[in-house]
Amino acid sequence: MSLDTLRDKLGYQPLLLGVVALLASAALAVVSSATAPAIAAAEAKDLRDSLSDVLPAGLADNDFLKDTVDIDRDGKMVTVYRARRGGELQAVLFKVAERGYSGEIQVLMAVDMDGRTLGVRVLKHTETPGLGDKVELRKDDWVLDFNGKSLGDPAPEKWAVKKDNGVFDQFAGATITPRAVVKAVKGGLAFYAARKQDITAGSGS
Amino acid sequence: MSDNNYGTIVKDGLWEQNVVFAQMLALCPTMAVTTSGTNGLGMGLASTAVLVVSNILVSIIRKTVSDQVRIPVFVVLIATLVTIVDLAMNAWVHELYKVLGLFIALIVVNCAILGRAEAYAVKNGVLASAADGLAMGIGFTGALTVIGLVREFLGSGTLFAQASQMLGPAFAFLEVQIPDYGGALLMILPPGGFAVLGFMLAGKRIIDQKLAARGEAAAAPATA
Repeated sequence: MSLDTLRDKLGYQPLLLGVVALLASAALAVVSSATAPAIAAAEAKDLRDSLSDVLPAGLADNDFLKDTVDIDRDGKMVTVYRARRGGELQAVLFKVAERGYSGEIQVLMAVDMDGRTLGVRVLKHTETPGLGDKVELRKDDWVLDFNGKSLGDPAPEKWAVKKDNGVFDQFAGATITPRAVVKAVKGGLAFYAARKQDITAGSGS
Repeated sequence: MSDNNYGTIVKDGLWEQNVVFAQMLALCPTMAVTTSGTNGLGMGLASTAVLVVSNILVSIIRKTVSDQVRIPVFVVLIATLVTIVDLAMNAWVHELYKVLGLFIALIVVNCAILGRAEAYAVKNGVLASAADGLAMGIGFTGALTVIGLVREFLGSGTLFAQASQMLGPAFAFLEVQIPDYGGALLMILPPGGFAVLGFMLAGKRIIDQKLAARGEAAAAPATA
């Protein structure tokens, strides 16, 4: 029987679809397992790079990617990375998120033992290009304003953008984005203050 | 469309049947990524690679696939290809992936690829299909890059910003910054994309009309 007549048979269609789907899945499985270690390594390096960004140079000598503790925050687990020098805890790093103007803004922050921010970086956002994206360090150094701030300094009611009588600048044409970042960082500091015991407990590995 | 003349294939891909300017396909990724010349170029190159491979594969299996199930078969094929490219780039060229990664997944929704499979590869030989994929891809890349450059120039006052991040430090010379120009934000936002595309479509039509008029003028005395 030639291919032409076979091709129009009813049984041929599902068989062909099945074979194609099977081959595609097999190809994906092979590629996925072949690339998984390299992808994991690359992502770990990315994470290490961004963690190192918010941490002042030379503050830590441990592999803080391995020294982590998972803390429950309002039903969500937050991974806290702990930076040590000579075994002594120096700072903790964790991610916070807040809803911005168009979607979630992910913020990575480092907090020292006294509850002062050491560094804040926006990891991921979908804010309006040219307006809200000034929260990125490569667009504007606004995010550095958080350095050295703590829950008591400025006073809690001053933890807001200037439009809301706070101390942080907003951007021309974008108030919601910086407001969300300020709220995220303040929430992060409050989280650290409330859970300091759990966060600093244990020696880690 | 079953013309195997390579000259026609190239002319179709670059101008006559240009994916964006003539077929008006792939407008979703076009609007999304053409906020800068570099983004447009990157998306274009990645799409070209997928388009060539998908055209070749579709052409190879065109006799085995029956008409009734060809669309799902092609969709599975293209989605698989894109996922493989996505995984491979994430694993082995991670720096490039961080710049382009967002666009790779967008290639799946690029109807130009399914369009070429349907309109060309399924009716033509492997070599011609590969050439068609390449020509269409280059035409697409050119369109995206030009739209991207115009929007970037008007919107941010730069040209090929961050090109060295994507193509390597050797291409840093491409990056141009216009001093003391704040940029017109509108051009970076979606309306700017539609405006630029509209003006370019109008421009192409004017050129085509001029060419046609000249062709008629040249043909008239010859037939007389």
